[in-house]
Amino acid sequence: MSTLMSGAKMLVECLVREGVDCMFGYPGGVTLPFYDVLYEHHIRHVLVRHEENAAFAAEGYARSTGKVGVCCATSGPGATNLTTGLVDAMMDSIPIVAITGQVSTKLIGSDAFQEADTFGITRPCTKHNYLVKKLEDLGQAIHEAFYVASSGRPGPVLVDVTKDVLQGQGHYQPVTSIHLPGYKVFTEGHTGQIRRAVQMIQESERPLVYSGGGIIAAEAARELREFVELTDAPTVNTLMGLGSLPSEHPNFISMPGMHGSYAANMAMSNADLLIALGVRFDDRVTGRLAAFAPHAKVIHVDIDPAEIGKNRAPDVPIVGDVKRVLTKIIKALKESGTEPGENLKAARRAWRQQVREWKQEHPLQVVTSDTEIKPQHLVSEIDRISRGQAIVTSDVGQHQMWAAQFIRFNEPRLWLNSGGLGSMGFGLPAAVGAQFARPDKLVFSLVGDGGFQMAIPELATVASYGLPIKIVVMNNGYLGMVRQWQTLFYNNRLSAVELDCFPDAEKLAGAYGFKGKTIDKPWELAPALEEAVKEPGPYLLNVKVTPFECVYPMVPAGGAISEMVLGPPQPVAVP
Amino acid sequence: MLQVISLLLENKPGALMRVTGLLSQRGYNIESLTVARTLDPELSRMTIVVEVEVHQRQQVIKQMNKLINVLQATDLTESPAVVRELVLVRIRTPQESRTAVLKEAEIFGGRVVDSSTEGFAIEVTGDPEKLGEFIDVMGSWGEIDVTRSGALAIALESKKLKLQPPVPTKAGVKLEESVY
Repeated sequence: MSTLMSGAKMLVECLVREGVDCMFGYPGGVTLPFYDVLYEHHIRHVLVRHEENAAFAAEGYARSTGKVGVCCATSGPGATNLTTGLVDAMMDSIPIVAITGQVSTKLIGSDAFQEADTFGITRPCTKHNYLVKKLEDLGQAIHEAFYVASSGRPGPVLVDVTKDVLQGQGHYQPVTSIHLPGYKVFTEGHTGQIRRAVQMIQESERPLVYSGGGIIAAEAARELREFVELTDAPTVNTLMGLGSLPSEHPNFISMPGMHGSYAANMAMSNADLLIALGVRFDDRVTGRLAAFAPHAKVIHVDIDPAEIGKNRAPDVPIVGDVKRVLTKIIKALKESGTEPGENLKAARRAWRQQVREWKQEHPLQVVTSDTEIKPQHLVSEIDRISRGQAIVTSDVGQHQMWAAQFIRFNEPRLWLNSGGLGSMGFGLPAAVGAQFARPDKLVFSLVGDGGFQMAIPELATVASYGLPIKIVVMNNGYLGMVRQWQTLFYNNRLSAVELDCFPDAEKLAGAYGFKGKTIDKPWELAPALEEAVKEPGPYLLNVKVTPFECVYPMVPAGGAISEMVLGPPQPVAVP
Repeated sequence: MLQVISLLLENKPGALMRVTGLLSQRGYNIESLTVARTLDPELSRMTIVVEVEVHQRQQVIKQMNKLINVLQATDLTESPAVVRELVLVRIRTPQESRTAVLKEAEIFGGRVVDSSTEGFAIEVTGDPEKLGEFIDVMGSWGEIDVTRSGALAIALESKKLKLQPPVPTKAGVKLEESVY
């Protein structure tokens, strides 16, 4: 039996069947038929204030739950505005589906009003994309989009639907099966390679687990923990992997890389075995590749074959779902019954001791001052309140790095940041998406004064839905990270980085009908944050911090990660 | 170094763009590209010759295999394969050298496809290097126009094609009641 209905209704029907309960979007001319159906409230539609933020909010929804996030925009400028969010999701492997309207089929190619080649423009921005010009192709495309977005290495998929398809009438037949003969998803891992990996792990004297976003995407945090405890190996989590092993876990070191801790980078540089799980040897992690982990053999587990050997050739490549592969490795380790010899046991003890010493030698230290608020102080106060439990979203830059260094995340899907693409303006809309997905959670949107001003329109979304997001602006009056590079590498010639004229936070929030405050004294920090958290609604806290602080440790671009700059150059003593 | 890639892909709108986009976004210049449908009209076979650094060759194949529409990407650069190309040459030649031009064309296995008082149009197939020589020789006899087809390649060893089976969608899930 099939029912006669419009394309727009079919679209909603498909989305509902895919389990979509909430989507983020902005309507326009060609999506009118779709919005007319949304009027019937089968899906909650969240009206954002800019399409880019619809994509970021969908990411926030997906990152905080693992479910596919959905966003929607009209043709032309609506679709082009989505692109930053699509690339952001692509870089961080986040499953989102974007629905865009397109001008009517007969108008395509005629430079019609609000026409853009969305299909062409978003080809490199997506894992896959579709242009639907026939009503009978619509259901297929939507279900394929959800499957492709959420399977294998997750990513964004866009479906561009022409207006005549949305308006057309047809018989709805559920598409119960899809066939993508060329779409290969490798999940199991090669048995022989897994055996070799197990042997290597058993023989290693200085093993290090290097795990990342793949653990979170695969929902493999439990397996990771079991593996780490079984092997007692020290562990670093990449920026994308924070929370995959609880920050408070005794084996956890911290984040490695350009702004990683001394201990994490020294461990990377001295390990004899890197067990790389769902990571991609990103340049911000490895520094100069030739000098990266020079003593280590590498076991690399990733679901994407193209990641294996892309930057570092592994000794044992394993293409598979890291959850399943870890399960097999754990099983094999337990069943092997091989006990390490005394020498090996001693070597591993010495290695763990060495890592502890590195941690003590140069710990990540919270800097405070009696007169001004240090940015590290601010993030440590957020950490104190969060206790590893709150969702924290961030943009990109100094505040992001300090947050990654100092805020604990004891579960996956709490730390939501724009890692690969590094998009300013991500934090606030991502918090919107996360708060809708997890209404029970305390959500901090920790953003810089630069990124916040890129996302200011979303204050209206926050206000209009009464989302209790705690927006904390780490305000140093500069594009801090760019300024840091100008200071360190461009003779302190501060070109176009000063952001003066920041709005009065109390008035700004007040204009939207919620509370806001500006503070600049260290003793105001804790009470202000507590007040923000107590407030049942949204809160905008503008924290003026020391303007010229730099993030350390720092590995200069192109440097080896063992050669960190640990702090600011010491002033030369005048004789 | 020039890499020869053979692709089997779904004959769908945008499939070509995905392949060329993958190369152009890495700044690789495509030397030649041919594409046509296979015995199965839903599939196309594409041969690409592209300038790629040696250490990136495997990465390019892996990235192509990741494209949803690509069923199989094979690197034929160093594996047993036959590579052929077709060239059409129009040559303007004076009366006195016509016989000589025809003789030369014959040496290359050429076939005259048009003849006029001004000269000939000649068709030759062969491996791309040989065709280069043919073009040089023709150029020495008169003014020429040249169109090359780009390389076509076929592997001499068949590689097993693994196709993925259909998967069920969530549309099959019985809803309490349909939305409409």
